[in-house]
Amino acid sequence: MAKLELIHLNKTYTPKVIPVKDLTLSVEDHEFLTLLGPSGCGKSTTLRMIAGLEQPTRGEVRIGGQDVSRKSAGDRNIAMVFQSYALYPHMSVYDNMASGLKLRKMPSGEIRSRIEEVSRFLGLKDLLDRRPGKLSGGQRQRVALGRALVRQPDVFLLDEPLSNLDALLREQVRAELKQIFASQATPVVYVTHDQTEAMTLSSQVALLNDGYLQQLASPKQIYSQPANRFVAGFIGSPQMNLLELPCRENYALLGNSKIPLPTSFAPPPHVVLGIRPEHARIARPEEAITVTGTIILVEHLGMSNLVSLRVAGSESITVRALLSAEQSWQGNQITLAFPPEHTHWFHVETGDRLPDAE
Amino acid sequence: MVPLPSSAAVETSPSPSPLSVKKIVLPLAVILVVGFSLAPILWQVLTSVKTNADIAAVPNVYLPTRFTLEHYIEIFRRRPFLSYMLNSFMVATISTLLCLLIGTPAAYALARLKLPGEQAILAIVLIITLFPYILLFLGLLEIVRALGLANNYLALVIPYTAINVPLTILVMRSFFQQLPRDLEDSAKVDGYGTWQMLAQILVPLTVPALVTTGILTFISAWNEFLFALTFITRESLKTIPVAVAQISGTAAFEIPYGPLAAATVVGTLPLVALVLLFQRRIVQGLTAGAVKG
Amino acid sequence: MSSTLETRERRTGWLLLAPALILLALVYAYPIARSLWLSLFNQNLGTELQPVFTGLDNYVRMSGDGRFWQSILNTSVFTVASVLIELVIGMGIALVLNQSFPGRGAIRTIAILPWALPTALIGTTWAWIFNDQAGIVNDILLRLGLIETGINWLGNPLPALLSVIVADVWKTTPFISILLLAGLQSIPGDLYEAHAIDGASPWQSFRQITLPLLMPQILVATLFRFAQAFGIFDLIQVMTSGGPGGATETVSIYIYATVMRYLDFGYGAALVVVTFVVLVLVMAIAAFFLSKVRAATGDR
Repeated sequence: MAKLELIHLNKTYTPKVIPVKDLTLSVEDHEFLTLLGPSGCGKSTTLRMIAGLEQPTRGEVRIGGQDVSRKSAGDRNIAMVFQSYALYPHMSVYDNMASGLKLRKMPSGEIRSRIEEVSRFLGLKDLLDRRPGKLSGGQRQRVALGRALVRQPDVFLLDEPLSNLDALLREQVRAELKQIFASQATPVVYVTHDQTEAMTLSSQVALLNDGYLQQLASPKQIYSQPANRFVAGFIGSPQMNLLELPCRENYALLGNSKIPLPTSFAPPPHVVLGIRPEHARIARPEEAITVTGTIILVEHLGMSNLVSLRVAGSESITVRALLSAEQSWQGNQITLAFPPEHTHWFHVETGDRLPDAE
Repeated sequence: MVPLPSSAAVETSPSPSPLSVKKIVLPLAVILVVGFSLAPILWQVLTSVKTNADIAAVPNVYLPTRFTLEHYIEIFRRRPFLSYMLNSFMVATISTLLCLLIGTPAAYALARLKLPGEQAILAIVLIITLFPYILLFLGLLEIVRALGLANNYLALVIPYTAINVPLTILVMRSFFQQLPRDLEDSAKVDGYGTWQMLAQILVPLTVPALVTTGILTFISAWNEFLFALTFITRESLKTIPVAVAQISGTAAFEIPYGPLAAATVVGTLPLVALVLLFQRRIVQGLTAGAVKG
Repeated sequence: MSSTLETRERRTGWLLLAPALILLALVYAYPIARSLWLSLFNQNLGTELQPVFTGLDNYVRMSGDGRFWQSILNTSVFTVASVLIELVIGMGIALVLNQSFPGRGAIRTIAILPWALPTALIGTTWAWIFNDQAGIVNDILLRLGLIETGINWLGNPLPALLSVIVADVWKTTPFISILLLAGLQSIPGDLYEAHAIDGASPWQSFRQITLPLLMPQILVATLFRFAQAFGIFDLIQVMTSGGPGGATETVSIYIYATVMRYLDFGYGAALVVVTFVVLVLVMAIAAFFLSKVRAATGDR
């Protein structure tokens, strides 16, 4: 148990290939940090630098206040769960879990008691003598987790540990992971490209793109207040509507509609309006600020319908709305309302979030 | 990388010929292949169990009129054939083990550790697998004389190890590259050092590859002729190929074809056994060694 | 502790490589460098085996050495003939072994057998097969009425060369078959199906799909076999010792005789150097074509 800090971390392979650019963040005890981002965003490289499997080009990795950047992976007292589980195929489940402890010269009595405790906890008691080849995918995943847990490390690192499980099992294990790590005080760093995992598991999400940290915040905040256009588009499914609109006075023009801009920033010539499909709803008759459009596609998702419409007065703009399955409409024209509290505004060039109205 | 042939390899049929053609041509072709591969060996085996009269008969007697083991008895009674076998076995085994011991760590370094000049080393390793041994024998002869190694197993063990190290590196490297990287990372996180990891994690996983490489090395060492001919002159230390070759070379008048055939059969038996047992591995190793470069 | 992970990894890497590199330096680099040095000296029975510096004299002598040129010619004929024949037969065997038929595994085992057997022993086998008195080749030809009296195969120049080529073809064709078979297995079957649907005959498929896609393997096999055939020693030493009258004397046999029989170390070293240079040149050319073909087929 120790605080993990990354200070101005940078990894440069060649002048053009820089997977991690000046990353600074810290993970406290009891915190579960997810490194989230599309492939190639630098999340795995970051994790590998924390683990000691890659050397940072610049910057420091600190564990418990101590710079470990030059220590090898085995000397850092971290434990890691790999995407492929990386179980030693020629060793029994017991030996897999024991190997890291034996290398640290732990007395065999203590090794045994730790493994017994963890395997009881994970339901591995009957499998201890088996080889990994004789286990199911879910069981292997558990063994990999158990191997990390018995180490009682300073930091847990998990590299896409759920991506090799089938969809059904993944949900189940995800819930279990949440319970397991809630009971550990140790900082956890979890790498995934799956936003559902990030949102459900983490206390903090660090969203990376192109080597840069885009936003570091709680899952709730990252959803409700995305720091920029990239975060807004990456988080949430179906994807947020991001519409580049011209401004007139303090309105943004969306086809025939005028959407009032918040007063918290000076009206720019153009602006990006963001509204999540699930936040767009059918307008009530009394509402003044509405957007009308022609339905071009309805996708039935079971409990809801994803409706795509072409905005009246601006044929090139399509807006998608996620409407409850019970909600009905007539004809192929509908009118939507964009609740101001769910409307996001971004700078056209920088993509940064424009200040919210208080 | 070329996928290694395996039992699961996709069947391809380069000539989707009509069924009738396939029914006649294919068996004929298979018989031809078998005949081509086995006929000379079969003739030698037949010769080895014929009486001298049958062997010398003109026109030839194809099947022995009387089955005899006299030639086999002769090579073990009148010649130190057992020590030839033992010498070949010892030299081939020791050099095979040494070769794996030296070549495997090098293969791992070239497969995984990013070394400057790695490509150049690999290129050199690939090129020297193509060097005929005649290029080396003069220099080696000097070394053997200078160190007084003539008529010593070492005079063969050292070159045999060396000439098979390049192949070992190429084959083992391609196997190491196929191992999942996560496994090594996991071992590093667990606290294994490089040597421990090689010995305790990687080598147990590469046993099949080691067997493959070992078989190729053993065959090559068992069959080597030039160094054995040059560096070993004492009768009791000679290896099979040299000993058999000189049966025909030393005869003043009539070459003793019966014993010669028997010696050939006995000298090739260990290799025939290896091929029968490990056909698939030999094929894998050869393709990995040659094509991967 | 002050070193980075990367420098430590690199140090370990060199340690792992060191024994192999030292061994290769001792057994490959030193002997070849030593030959280069020795080739500048006269060291033979005439100098009482003491080295006397003579500069490039050995190379000048080589240019006028008819026996050397004869050995180069023999080696070239042997190499070209055997490698070409092996390619054709090896391709045929690979195509057969690539079909599916019962007992294919056993047939494949039989087909690689010749490659695994000791060349020196196989040399005695073929010498017996080509024996002028009771050899089976003469016997078969006589019975078929193709010849009237037995041919002294190993005692006449051309037949002797032909005999060693036949023996070499038998011994090393499996090597080519193995490589080509691996290549055939890596060609996806649906390519042939698509081509057949397009109306191609089997022969057209072979020409337009198999051969181009197999080119990398063909070139690799040719390169390996070229090097092995060019340095051929054991088979010829056992079958003919280079005879009759030098008709089958290859460069290797000549080098061996120069050093071991005539004890002419300086000249032997010069022969080694020239052989080395020729080989490296041919390999460089072959590697150039190989990289072109690989780039063209997009392979690897």
